[in-house]
Amino acid sequence: MAANAIEIPTSASGELLTADGRPLKESLQRSLRRRKLTALALVAPAVVFLFVLFGMPVLYLMTWSVDDTLINEVLPRTFDIYEQWDGEALPPEPHYEAMFKDIADATGIQIGRGSTRMNYAKSKWKSLMKKTKRKIKALLNENPDFAGPYKETLLEIDKRWGDIAFWHSLDIMKNPYTAGYYLNAFDLKYGFDNEIIQQPENRRIYKTLWIRTLLISFIVTAACLALGYPVAHLLATLPLRYSNLLMICVLMPFWTSLLVRIVAWMIMLQQEGVVNDTLVALHVVDDENRLPMMYNFTGTVIVMVQILLPFMILPVYSVMKGISPAYMKAAQNLGAPPAIAFLRVYVPQTLPGVGAGVILVFIVAIGYFITPELVGGKDGQMIGNYIARHLRSTLNWGLASAMGVILLAAILILYWVYDRVVGIDNMKMG
Amino acid sequence: MALPAYYTTGQRLWHRTYLVYCGIVLFFLVMPLIAVIPLSFTASPFLDFTPGMLRLDPEAFSTRWYKMMVGDCSAADITTVCSDKWVIGARNSLIIAVIATVLATTIGTIAALGLSRVDLVGRRAIMAFLISPMIVPLIITAAGMFLFYAELKLVASFIGVILAHTVLGLPFVVITVTATLVGFDQSLTRAAQGLGGTPVYNFFRVQLPLIAPGVISGALFAFITSFDEVVIILFLGGAEQLTLPRQMWAGIRQEISPTILAAATVLVILSILLLTTVELLRRRSERLRGMSPG
Repeated sequence: MAANAIEIPTSASGELLTADGRPLKESLQRSLRRRKLTALALVAPAVVFLFVLFGMPVLYLMTWSVDDTLINEVLPRTFDIYEQWDGEALPPEPHYEAMFKDIADATGIQIGRGSTRMNYAKSKWKSLMKKTKRKIKALLNENPDFAGPYKETLLEIDKRWGDIAFWHSLDIMKNPYTAGYYLNAFDLKYGFDNEIIQQPENRRIYKTLWIRTLLISFIVTAACLALGYPVAHLLATLPLRYSNLLMICVLMPFWTSLLVRIVAWMIMLQQEGVVNDTLVALHVVDDENRLPMMYNFTGTVIVMVQILLPFMILPVYSVMKGISPAYMKAAQNLGAPPAIAFLRVYVPQTLPGVGAGVILVFIVAIGYFITPELVGGKDGQMIGNYIARHLRSTLNWGLASAMGVILLAAILILYWVYDRVVGIDNMKMG
Repeated sequence: MALPAYYTTGQRLWHRTYLVYCGIVLFFLVMPLIAVIPLSFTASPFLDFTPGMLRLDPEAFSTRWYKMMVGDCSAADITTVCSDKWVIGARNSLIIAVIATVLATTIGTIAALGLSRVDLVGRRAIMAFLISPMIVPLIITAAGMFLFYAELKLVASFIGVILAHTVLGLPFVVITVTATLVGFDQSLTRAAQGLGGTPVYNFFRVQLPLIAPGVISGALFAFITSFDEVVIILFLGGAEQLTLPRQMWAGIRQEISPTILAAATVLVILSILLLTTVELLRRRSERLRGMSPG
């Protein structure tokens, strides 16, 4: 044993030492730590960048869905003493005084935004607040030293101040956090004693909307599977030089701008479009009865299927590519008819790809916004469209974020399933 | 594809049906894109095939929509809107996409280097976070940015749009470069280090040339993501930030004219070019790694 001849430096306690006299163990640990830190330093810029510009916006959106502090800032005095009221009869003078002073001190913008929020709890709050603000302003202009009686004055300004229902509705707004927007997102709301009740009939739209969003996503996913599976099989079994050519047909739409594809579909599906023209020329339909295929549910589904089909074909294809044809041959040699061999031997092996494709298409479909907005018309609208509408038109940011959070939660669950089935690392593109 | 001679008539018929079915599906995928191209050369201001076009009458064709797209309004008539918005949009899109791509590629490649090290703690969690902009629906990202960037005074500014597009492009770079690094022989960097190169020098002279195909295709993904992006720009863009997709969106919603088809044709051709580039790069990268014969 030649190695024994070399003198190995050891410490007094018998530990191995490196050339500079440190224990080897410590030295190795140090270098490992340094390598860990280097790896961390390399990913740090990306993590920080994404956290600030992507993570924080999404978290911030979430806070909006439960945030109810605005109203407490507009009516601080009222909420301060609200608890002292027994809720049986109309509140006594101090409560009216607090309300009067809060309205007098609030700016016009605060009243505007606050009363919009109050209107979600009980309708007519908005008009009551605006009218009262106007009247109080005029009153204080005439008599800056006005000191009561407040209850009488408010009742004189509007008799609705004598309606106990308005006072009761304040109870829900007192808490700086609310689950109210989540209830709204399912056509529910808080009743007077904080019990959860249904929205009035004419304001129930969201349940239908969620169901439609899920329905569209299901139909699109099912259609993509039905159309994509055979094509993936063809691409996987054809000789390379043919399949490469056909692959272009799959990848070209994948790479083309979303809006270009939508414009293309408008040409195809509109009343005077290519499909209708062809059907009329073939005498399948009359010139008067051209099929409405655009700006409705059908249009949304057709366009979404074409847009999402590559997301189904590609993962299924990549799994099929790895299945040896020997299995099918073996099954048939053992006496299975081709159909049985296909169903019992081939299909089970493709399931990982199918699972990946199904979840991927579903995840993408459920959050769609652009396609339904442009080709959906009225009955093709999805949840994404309402999020955009509440953010930009009605300015009901609370409801928009609650809907966004519900959608995100659904997608994260599906994503977790996806990770279980295929693993994030196996995600393939192109 | 020749069928085995022992196939029964039923099997042959079944096989035919299967081929026809696949043909129809592939046709369904590409047909709308192909229909756009001839229609962009229409002479009429409507988006349908005129009888003249079907007869291939030269009178029915014109290139005036292309002229109008590049801002040459001499071809416009009273019924059509002509402006230089398409040109402005294309220029803005290009500027935004180039800067966002450079940022995303730089940050993403560095992160991929870290992710490919075995010593990284919490690798799975970090990877999941870095690709999460791909998973979160755009409408939710846009909503969050709309509210949060307002606090940072980044709404209606080029910087805001560029940063948002960098966020969207980053996952693509991280995924493609990480995938390329799997096939990279780490002993090469160790050899370079042993020969006395500094880590930065080694990266640019040894590692980068070898992983370049992955970096470039990641960059192309990031570029096309930004160049085609509609949702974020609708929420974050002000009047100044007119991009090509935004102009297209406005065109579809308001004054739908064949100018959109001209722009669409240009974009289809652009996407074919990009697709070919990425495919060539992928093959080159596989050849370099010795994974496929050619």
